[in-house]
Amino acid sequence: MIDFVHPALLFILGALPIPFLKGSIRKAYLMLIPALAILAVLTVQPGSYGAAEFIGQEILIAKVDRLSIVFATVFTIMALIGMVYALHLTGAGEHVAAFVYVGSALGVVFAGDYLTLFLFWEGMAFASAYLVFAQRGKQAIRAGFRYLMVHITGGVALLGGVILHGLATGSLLFGPIEGGMGVAAYLILAGFMLNAAVPPLNAWLTDAYPEATVTGAVFMSAFTTKTAVYVLARAFPGTELLVWLGTAMALYGVIYAVLENDCRRLLAYHIVSQVGYMVAGVGIGTEMAVNGASSHAFAHILYKALLFMGAGAVIHVTGRRKLTELGGLYRTMPLTVALYMVGAFAISAFPFFSGFVTKSMVVAAAGQDHRALVVLALTMASSGTFLHTGLKLPYYMFFGMDRKLEAREPPRNMLVAMGMAAVLCIAIGVFPQPLYALLPHPVDFEPYTGVHITESLGILMFTALGFVLFLRALDPENTISIDTDWFYRKGARHFMWLAEKPLARYEKAVSDVSETAVLPFLHGTARAGLRIDLNGVDAVVNGVARSILRGGGALRKLQTGVVTHYALAMIVGVIAAIAVFAVVWR
Amino acid sequence: MIRRVVDFFGEARHAEQRRRLFYLALVLIVIADFLVPREHAEYLWDRLPGWSAVYGFLSCVLLIFVSKFLGHQGGLMRREDYYD
Repeated sequence: MIDFVHPALLFILGALPIPFLKGSIRKAYLMLIPALAILAVLTVQPGSYGAAEFIGQEILIAKVDRLSIVFATVFTIMALIGMVYALHLTGAGEHVAAFVYVGSALGVVFAGDYLTLFLFWEGMAFASAYLVFAQRGKQAIRAGFRYLMVHITGGVALLGGVILHGLATGSLLFGPIEGGMGVAAYLILAGFMLNAAVPPLNAWLTDAYPEATVTGAVFMSAFTTKTAVYVLARAFPGTELLVWLGTAMALYGVIYAVLENDCRRLLAYHIVSQVGYMVAGVGIGTEMAVNGASSHAFAHILYKALLFMGAGAVIHVTGRRKLTELGGLYRTMPLTVALYMVGAFAISAFPFFSGFVTKSMVVAAAGQDHRALVVLALTMASSGTFLHTGLKLPYYMFFGMDRKLEAREPPRNMLVAMGMAAVLCIAIGVFPQPLYALLPHPVDFEPYTGVHITESLGILMFTALGFVLFLRALDPENTISIDTDWFYRKGARHFMWLAEKPLARYEKAVSDVSETAVLPFLHGTARAGLRIDLNGVDAVVNGVARSILRGGGALRKLQTGVVTHYALAMIVGVIAAIAVFAVVWR
Repeated sequence: MIRRVVDFFGEARHAEQRRRLFYLALVLIVIADFLVPREHAEYLWDRLPGWSAVYGFLSCVLLIFVSKFLGHQGGLMRREDYYD
């Protein structure tokens, strides 16, 4: 009897047959695997599985406890919803990438040691990058490379921290970092914060997500940042720095959202804002705060995916993504409007929607911890959340000026996926107890008190009043906003100028010297060398060159020059590596 | 049903009705905030009925204008071809 089926393996090995299945068999298979994974997570027992030795280090493939079960539950549910949303796609590439992405995220959530964690961490980066590349077009490919570059850099920081940590403590087991913050701890923290999109390490998210495919962005909105919240909650609960970064982050995302014109980039800035609540909750570190952070992650994945699905449906149908080019779609897409609004009410924390019972737990935990400033800032960010996702975006996308766009409701599978997410958003809001029972610590919190309801409604509806009064000031403008990606998009060019102009001049001066003084001497030596070379070495070199030429010819046939092929090849490589890993070390 | 609700928020002919309902809701919320029992008030503002309405409105206005100021005067907003 197998007592533990690793859901990550279900997804990663389960990705292999997808390209060979066709039509409705593939569709059924794409829903079967997430359903099995949900079952596997629901029946899993807390404990440690897959302990082994690797290069003299203790390895623990899966450590299951209450915290990992919360995240694994919502990840598998989200995988099912995302798959339903992507069922209409004919190509297999995105499905395979999404499976590997989800599997890697689950691998991180169950990882018991840093090496396993790192392996899956990188798997996530590569698999999700494919979802950006799959969009094709110059803009997406460039964004995809920037995304990959940033994540690889973050991965290197993480690996460096892990190695230093391992050397210092003699163990690579993944758990709370103890004994003060050293270089190792800060490197690991930086790697984690990059994936959580904590400013100033946030720009990769808002840069890449809006460039991804309609279906890919739905997956991306769910997994990368929330695995980061999970690892932060596991390793750094109660880190004071995170309270302030999280609070700043909640406001940062909201401020940028005012300026944004691209509908999915606006939503991406709200991921930054919402993850801020979770990061702050982890930083506060009390039982209630960690409960708040994990339950908010649970609710957030569902409503944010719903919002991305709504915006994606509009892009799928109209081919437009800028608010300045959208408007008046409510006539042709009423179902999409209604489903989107459920997500908007959930993220804004209206009573009887999921955000109300989770976000308030973080804010209440900050209050209990006597952090008045954090409470005020997070409350202000909630006002901004409703202002943008609940009012500005739907107004300019669905209502507002009628642009006479040809539109219709999206394919049925998209609507069904949105419906599934919407039902969960409402169900969690109305019946929070099952979610509360799942949380890592016992819950002593009642969201539905009179004061809490009237206060929330007061904040939200008077935000709406501000929106109505200052509507003209919010008109979207045809601009893009500078974020910290400026440093590697523009700053890198300044660096290149430095490399080309002053450094090139310096190099020329050096080469002048070498030409007048060093060269004559070298000529003499070279003539002597030539004699030896002609007689002995040439024969060998010619032989080698011929064989390389033959190899090169074969390699050229493999080269297609299409980036997506390379990305696919990388993903296949990752799957193969993980399969070997799974078979050899189980 | 859904179509009718969505249309109610979209069609111009319902504008007057919408506005009345909206202001009615605002008034009701403030009244309710005065009536609810407040047991454990942690902070000063927890004891002030109507505080959340004021704070929500001010937050909204502050966010709009601070962001737009940063965008226009602070140079955050750039032409779309800025990076090309």
